[in-house]
Amino acid sequence: MIFDYILNAIALGMTFLYGSTGEIITEKAGHLNLGIPGVMCVGAAGGCAALHYMIVGGVTNGVLLVVIGILAAFLAAALMGLIFSFLAVTLHANQNVTGLAMTTFGVGLMKYIMFGLKEGTSIPYLKALDAFRFPFSSSNSALKYCGVMVFLAIIIALVVSFVLFKTRVGLHLRAVGENPATADAAGINVTLYKYVATCVGCGIAGLGGLCYIMDYSGSREGYLSIEALGWLAVALVIFALWRPHISILGSVIFGALFIAGSFIPTLLPFKILQTMAAAPLLKMLPYVVTIIVLIVTSIRDKKENYPPAGLGLNYYREER
Amino acid sequence: MERSVALELRGVTKTFGKVIANNNVDLTVYAGEILSILGENGCGKTTLMNMISGIYFPDRGHMFVKGEEVVIRSPKDAFDHKIGMIHQHFKLVDVFSASENIVLGIDDGNKYSLKDVNNRVLEISERYGFNIDPKKKIYEMSVSEKQTVEIIKVLYRGADILILDEPTAVLTPQETERLFNVLRRMRDDGKAIIIITHKLHEVLSVSDRVAVLRRGEHIATVETAGTNESELTEMMVGKKISLNIERPEPKEPKDRLIVKNVNCTNSDGIKILDNISFTARSGEILGIAGIAGSGQRELLESIAGLQHLDSGEIMYHNPKNDEEVNLRDRTPLQIRDLGVRLSFVPEDRLGMGLVGNMDIIDNMMLRSYKKGHSMFLNRKAPKNLAKEIIESLEIATPNATTPVRRLSGGNVQKVLVGREIASAPSVLMAAYPVRGLDIGSSYTIYKLLNEQKARGVAVIFVGEDLDVLVELCDKIIVLASGKVTGIVDARTTTKEEIGLLMTKSTSVSEDALKTENSAKEDGCNG
Amino acid sequence: MAKVKTEKVHEPLFHIVKRDRMPLWQSISIRLGSIVCALAFCALICYIVIDVKPAEFFETMFDGVFGSERRIWKMIKDLAVLLCISLAVTPAFKMRFWNIGAEGQVLMSCLASVACVIYFGGKMSNWMLLVCMALASVIMGAIWAVIPAVFKAKWDTNETLFTLMMNYVATSLVSFFLIVWVPSGSSTLGELDYGHLPNIYNRYLVLVLVVAAITVAMYIYLNYCKHGYEISVVGESQKTACYIGINVKKVVIRTLIVSGALCGIAGFLIVSALDHSVTTASAGGQGFTAIMVSWLAKFNPIIMVATSFLIVFLQQGVNQVATDCNISNAFPNIIVGIILFFVIGCEFFINYKIMFRGKEASKK
Repeated sequence: MIFDYILNAIALGMTFLYGSTGEIITEKAGHLNLGIPGVMCVGAAGGCAALHYMIVGGVTNGVLLVVIGILAAFLAAALMGLIFSFLAVTLHANQNVTGLAMTTFGVGLMKYIMFGLKEGTSIPYLKALDAFRFPFSSSNSALKYCGVMVFLAIIIALVVSFVLFKTRVGLHLRAVGENPATADAAGINVTLYKYVATCVGCGIAGLGGLCYIMDYSGSREGYLSIEALGWLAVALVIFALWRPHISILGSVIFGALFIAGSFIPTLLPFKILQTMAAAPLLKMLPYVVTIIVLIVTSIRDKKENYPPAGLGLNYYREER
Repeated sequence: MERSVALELRGVTKTFGKVIANNNVDLTVYAGEILSILGENGCGKTTLMNMISGIYFPDRGHMFVKGEEVVIRSPKDAFDHKIGMIHQHFKLVDVFSASENIVLGIDDGNKYSLKDVNNRVLEISERYGFNIDPKKKIYEMSVSEKQTVEIIKVLYRGADILILDEPTAVLTPQETERLFNVLRRMRDDGKAIIIITHKLHEVLSVSDRVAVLRRGEHIATVETAGTNESELTEMMVGKKISLNIERPEPKEPKDRLIVKNVNCTNSDGIKILDNISFTARSGEILGIAGIAGSGQRELLESIAGLQHLDSGEIMYHNPKNDEEVNLRDRTPLQIRDLGVRLSFVPEDRLGMGLVGNMDIIDNMMLRSYKKGHSMFLNRKAPKNLAKEIIESLEIATPNATTPVRRLSGGNVQKVLVGREIASAPSVLMAAYPVRGLDIGSSYTIYKLLNEQKARGVAVIFVGEDLDVLVELCDKIIVLASGKVTGIVDARTTTKEEIGLLMTKSTSVSEDALKTENSAKEDGCNG
Repeated sequence: MAKVKTEKVHEPLFHIVKRDRMPLWQSISIRLGSIVCALAFCALICYIVIDVKPAEFFETMFDGVFGSERRIWKMIKDLAVLLCISLAVTPAFKMRFWNIGAEGQVLMSCLASVACVIYFGGKMSNWMLLVCMALASVIMGAIWAVIPAVFKAKWDTNETLFTLMMNYVATSLVSFFLIVWVPSGSSTLGELDYGHLPNIYNRYLVLVLVVAAITVAMYIYLNYCKHGYEISVVGESQKTACYIGINVKKVVIRTLIVSGALCGIAGFLIVSALDHSVTTASAGGQGFTAIMVSWLAKFNPIIMVATSFLIVFLQQGVNQVATDCNISNAFPNIIVGIILFFVIGCEFFINYKIMFRGKEASKK
């Protein structure tokens, strides 16, 4: 039972991990993107739509389904990143408002697309479930949730961490987020970095939406929860102190908290405790924990835990 | 020897909105020379240099590097033409180390290795005589260390044309001399060096030629050897002016503000004010000198009730009833309620003293809006005050409802000083009140301070230009890393003496303190 | 000496410069222009995606909003509720306090109102009950808003995420109480019999009047009151606020109490005039939409009437299009999103202008 709980937590956590890794890249470039929930939704819709057409078109090759599905999700979400970059970088729009508008748009778009993805009563894209849950798709335990995308999430997080903190590109990107004027004066193409970082970040976040539907939930209604999960991914960035490798651990903790409501009661020894804990009050646990983390990090107030100094500010070179 | 042209500008023009920052500027710089760009604040020196280094793009005009026409669209283009600029406001990432900042933006195709960078940084330091720890984080550095990082950054890229924007503004006289030696060494190395400044004596001591700008236009370029201070000033300002600041004798000075053994620690746990004691007297201008960040801001803010103190007292002697009150740890409102008329012109004008997006009337209201018990605002009195100040201080503004951020630096400062003086203060504190102002506006501010002095106000003046401090003030206290290292009579002291005190190690300073404050020492309660 | 070789030199095609202040009529016409462009774009999309001709698209939209008296009243009531929440978030935003928790604040006050009805309904006169509901809602909304404010004031805790998380805590609490109150286990509370606002003309008029009064009051509060002035100063620069002796912490907390209390009124109105019940969707995402409404109006309460009308018109109009064409009810959100992108983007043309170098050179 406990083993099941942990596996569930890991599988669900990867949805957060994609979202937070993507948001970390975006924030390191100085963009506070509140559109991440919408981006994840669009990623899911893009991936599912691609799977739908492939399966309806008769593609059965598992590898092809997974690769194209992931690519489609990435591209769809990256397009959202392009919209955000265009508004925030080129048109200097307010990032908070742009982000919220992206969430409205993204959630609407996903619901509209997913609503149309059915053949009579069956949902074609769910037929790719086995391919996505490779290598444990035949397992009867929660192990089956730990498919390809779970491993991919961890690999991406580690790679992003390495790139951010150990390479020249990472140094430049962090400089853009900390102090764009300095980066600009040093000859770094600030606009290009912001665009690429935001699009790649959004692309990675978009995979989170697909991961949730095709790995964890595997149901036709799964897409309805992605928005709420997206907001937690944004919160996870703060929890992880802008470091994707910490985010791996954080995402599993968040995953565990999110499903605590359905697991904790059954793990408790006495009937009476089980009934008490079964109430939906447990559902608020991840949010309450996020709040506590927010408060604790703000009270501790350490310089290395600060967000990038240029976060949320638009850069205009000729500002006087 | 035929001198080779390193850089040439022809007909360069740049406008911001309706403001013409540079109009049709021609300029030539040769390799192996130091060229000074001289001009008042706001004459377009920095804008011009920013165009050479790719920060701004000119509206019109041509640029040539070594005889070839070039278009510089971004700082990267500038580097490619071996042009490097050291900005007045350092362009460094605080949380990065020196090496990380130096290597930033360079992609030479080599493997990214901080170790190699560290070694090369040390190599360059040795060659030109710098002293720097490549692994130190910028936020742990002093101003002059940061400047060193900026210079190495440019040298690391192999720049042949170096532009330094007001490099001496934040340095002591001694540090300035050291910098000039480095610059001379680089010149002898064959580099072309452009140094922007508005300090005449520096121009004369370091440069080979001087280019003078006035209101965005290039007036003339002359050989330094064949010119003098008054000729340069005339070119800079456009008319003959006397550069003397008045200093009337104080009338019946009395102790007004007595600061005793004040200690203060900042949020990082660093002692920012260390046992500071001094007395400000009515009818006198008390100068405060020191390297930027030596505790000047915290000292003024603790008097104004904005800074929590660890210990010490700030006694205010009320001239009306001869009573003394302690201002320590009181809020600005409580201080006002005590009947203490304290005015404060902070260093950060648009960030602290005024609200940039509000108009002049609403900014006048900042000090007075709380008056009365009504929950509604009274805009009538501030409106009249705004009109009065615009007229009496000749503030150039379309009307009183223009947001102050749209005014020029000098006019912004007049609005601020005007408001602070309007409340008829008995203590007036001004932090760097002439920073960034042109000569005319600066003299208006000096005149206003002298008027307040004549009214019997105790004026505290924090300045960076030692020439001005020595000419304007009656007494000068020198701060070095949060300590008072000396209190000198401005009439008899010299710049060099103050410069030494600014960097003086702290152990020696105890004596100076004791002699000055021995009489008041016993009032301390910690 | 150097030779000018203009042909070879590649100059950037254009560059961007900041504008001086723009006349009001010009900035308004740019905004209106962007809305027109956005609508045209949406009509085009509808034509491509769901094969509705542009003329038909606009006709259906117009019909959906003004087609019948019932639809007009629906629009007015939606507008009133959205406007009320937008007014509620405005003081906080003006202070640069990014309160995106209006959703949760409204939901919690709905919950408080319903709790009053469940526990006191039938035990006191309707008037007493309404007063109790209003008080409970206002207090609950204020509490929900003031919790993040206290932490913001004390430790500078990030308010954007804090208020966001409070929304989800509120949702969980509502579903918890629905389980407690509905013994059948269906978790849906039917329409309650007590605590209805009086019907004057129809059941929406009282609601509209209350919101109209709040609009005027908020305009006066922000522009002519000392509190409003303090809010602007704190929003523009906390350093200035400290410098002139404003107690920033006090202003932050006070403003969020006002903000939360107004959300409370919105919640009270939703329960007593419209829903007479509570669900986890009682706030219906309007807490987020309100942020956009307030920002688009540049925090001016009077202009907010127009911006909230714009949003409600779009939502209701496109909803009609969606119903007529039998497509997902999420479609209006897509359209609203697109239009917001256009309106957000057009701010650029108000603040900056693009200068083309080719043109300029040829003029000379």
